[in-house]
Amino acid sequence: MTGCALVAAATVAVAILTGPLIAQQHAGTYTAADVENGARLYGAHCSSCHGADGALVAAVDLRRGLFRFGSSDEELARTIARGIPGTAMTSQKFSAAELHALVAYLRSMRDFGARAVAVGDPRSGETLFEQKGCFSCHRVRGRGTLFSVDLSEIGAIRSAEALQRALSDATNAVAPQRRFIRAVTSDGRVINGRRLNEDTFTVQLLDDQGRLLSLVKSELRDYTSAKTSPRPTDKDKLSAEERAHLTAYLAALKGVQTGPVTR
Amino acid sequence: MISRILGVLLLLSGSVAAQITYERHLRTGDEPQNWLTYSGDYASHRYSRLDQLTPANVANLELKWVFQAQSLEKFAATALVVDGVMYLTQANNHVVALDAKTGRVFWIYQYSSSPDLRLCCGQVNRGLAILGDTLFMGTLDAHLIALDRRTGQPIWRIAVADGKAGYSLTMAPLIVKDKVIVGTAGGEYGIRGFIAAYDALTGKEAWRFTTIPGPGEPGHDTWEGDAWKTGGGSAWLTGSYDPELNLTYWGIGNPGPDWNPAQRPGDNLYTNSVVALDADSGTMKWHFQFTPHDGADWDAVQVPVLVNGNWNGSPRKLLYWANRNGFFYVFDRATGKFLLGRPFVKQNWAKGLDDNGRPILASLPEGTPVYPGVQGGTNWYSPSYSPRTGLFYLSAWDDYSTIFIRQQMQHVPGQRFMGGRARSGTPPLRRGAINTWTEEAGHGAVLAIDPATGERKWAFTMHDVTDGGILTTAGDLLFSGGREGYFFALDARSGSLLWKATVGGQVGSAPISYQVDRKQYVAIAAGNVLFAYALRE
Repeated sequence: MTGCALVAAATVAVAILTGPLIAQQHAGTYTAADVENGARLYGAHCSSCHGADGALVAAVDLRRGLFRFGSSDEELARTIARGIPGTAMTSQKFSAAELHALVAYLRSMRDFGARAVAVGDPRSGETLFEQKGCFSCHRVRGRGTLFSVDLSEIGAIRSAEALQRALSDATNAVAPQRRFIRAVTSDGRVINGRRLNEDTFTVQLLDDQGRLLSLVKSELRDYTSAKTSPRPTDKDKLSAEERAHLTAYLAALKGVQTGPVTR
Repeated sequence: MISRILGVLLLLSGSVAAQITYERHLRTGDEPQNWLTYSGDYASHRYSRLDQLTPANVANLELKWVFQAQSLEKFAATALVVDGVMYLTQANNHVVALDAKTGRVFWIYQYSSSPDLRLCCGQVNRGLAILGDTLFMGTLDAHLIALDRRTGQPIWRIAVADGKAGYSLTMAPLIVKDKVIVGTAGGEYGIRGFIAAYDALTGKEAWRFTTIPGPGEPGHDTWEGDAWKTGGGSAWLTGSYDPELNLTYWGIGNPGPDWNPAQRPGDNLYTNSVVALDADSGTMKWHFQFTPHDGADWDAVQVPVLVNGNWNGSPRKLLYWANRNGFFYVFDRATGKFLLGRPFVKQNWAKGLDDNGRPILASLPEGTPVYPGVQGGTNWYSPSYSPRTGLFYLSAWDDYSTIFIRQQMQHVPGQRFMGGRARSGTPPLRRGAINTWTEEAGHGAVLAIDPATGERKWAFTMHDVTDGGILTTAGDLLFSGGREGYFFALDARSGSLLWKATVGGQVGSAPISYQVDRKQYVAIAAGNVLFAYALRE
């Protein structure tokens, strides 16, 4: 573990892991009980519209602190209590303690329930990212290829534990709706790419040539989505220390703050 | 002078003839150019007798006009069409009268709602009812309002319930004789639901049926302690009516708290039931409970479909019901006798139904995925019945599940009363332009069911799930849409796709058909826009 700052294991590691993020947005302190209580309230009152990951309402991403009506603790509590007139977000009857708990949970959503993992040095991680050939598939801030997911903001939406798990298990790291697909056109042309969107009749993808393509399924000779990732497992290729460094690097990728983001 | 008097008389008689009387409601089949009630007729077939559109020409449909709501909330309403005028509701309880041929607006009534709303699922309104020259609308702050259909001016407004306690009105009211009948939403707030009838002229309450029986009333023994006081039992979808039996049929919603049945031991009548109520008195003639002691939020809030058919060779007054719990049912609607029940989607919560239709529960350990999931095998999405094909059509969510996390919860008036949360594989109530649904998590479908057996005749499967209702027509077409933002026509006999249009938003209501100047239109709302299609010139 040399060179790694080992994060102490705790039942709720959230507060520790999200320390820097929280510090930017509010001055309050939350207990593990606040966060737990907030998670319960969120599940009962908020998730049917905002979704379990908080990213369902357009131009709002609770998990990464993207709000429409103020982002301080006080503003968030006020929005939750009063609602937003003319929208589905109506006023809610919460006590001050419940509002506090909900804000605590919003500040901790990304890491809620995540186990503590070893996080190393981000600079060493960046070097490893290059040395291990990650750029041959991934892209970060305009560098690398388009074959797989752009990781420029992955640290804003994934916990450190989730990032480390993804390093070990590439297949399950690919969200099902983002799977690699292979299509064969009626004239025999093979198209490989990553699914961006799909419906009953069509599929939209970014192909391995960097083209945005929209295909009509009924015009294809063959269409399959891969249930495995083309990336080989790193189990035997990365040491625990290397994995910790890479985790630190990825966790620090928070994207370019420009307001609402494309997804 | 005489000609002027004659002119006034003609005008008056014209106006009287144009009134929507109860008799016209009884004979909607005689005027297929109009759409006079939520499901098209009292039997709720959502079937149009117009036959200008056929499988042979439906590919020539083109967009005639669109109406963009001044609201970002999605349309959930079914419009009414009366002699060339369309009456539509948009969020938040605003009413629009427009030319059904061109989409040009005559007037907009803007309701001034209480800001203190307690809503389950957005600013939903499913439409209007009409009697005489009066339109009726239930509001999100739990009022019932009567408007003059020519001016949009309010005639009366009454409080139906206390909005701040979690009650709201989202359904299109049902007109029977001289009464306006509505039920209340609020099943997520621990309300005690009811259905009530009001005098159409004055708004005076005529009768009230409380969905959760109180002490001393039949069915109260299906509750323990004080659980009945917060027992839920909302009623948020328009019922149906059989004039010969003088019975109205209504679906009743989930018990409260939704996901923690341990907090309310017993069957919890009349939650998740169909109730048959006398139209004049509100007295319950019979009931049937689909899902006793429910822990999955499976409201029986579906449109009751009434069919005069044959059962085992004998004529019978039937009631068809595809329930949120995943089973399709047939009843004798005069007596409530259970005749048939069969799953129409994957389900694992019941081993089957007994001779009386009561589910034989499977033993599912806590934390097991429950099929169908929390939104059910179907939901409030309007089904359709075509007398030409004899098939029952519905929108289904197949092969998907939910894991319920159950929590003890104390009721606070005006606060959500869910009793836990639902997770894993549960699609949310809405989606954006990007699909987050995947092939292995289940799919939406339009199903055609043979009501004699409950068997699937065909299925039109979709990649994403669907909240779209269904319309069938005398041209043997079926119109529907889904979350993906398509509006499409299928062959009602085979289920094959005949035509589709991109409407760019989630379809959250059901299509209607009407006719103006000998041209048949089909209208569908998607996102916050209403689209009207007819054949190319």
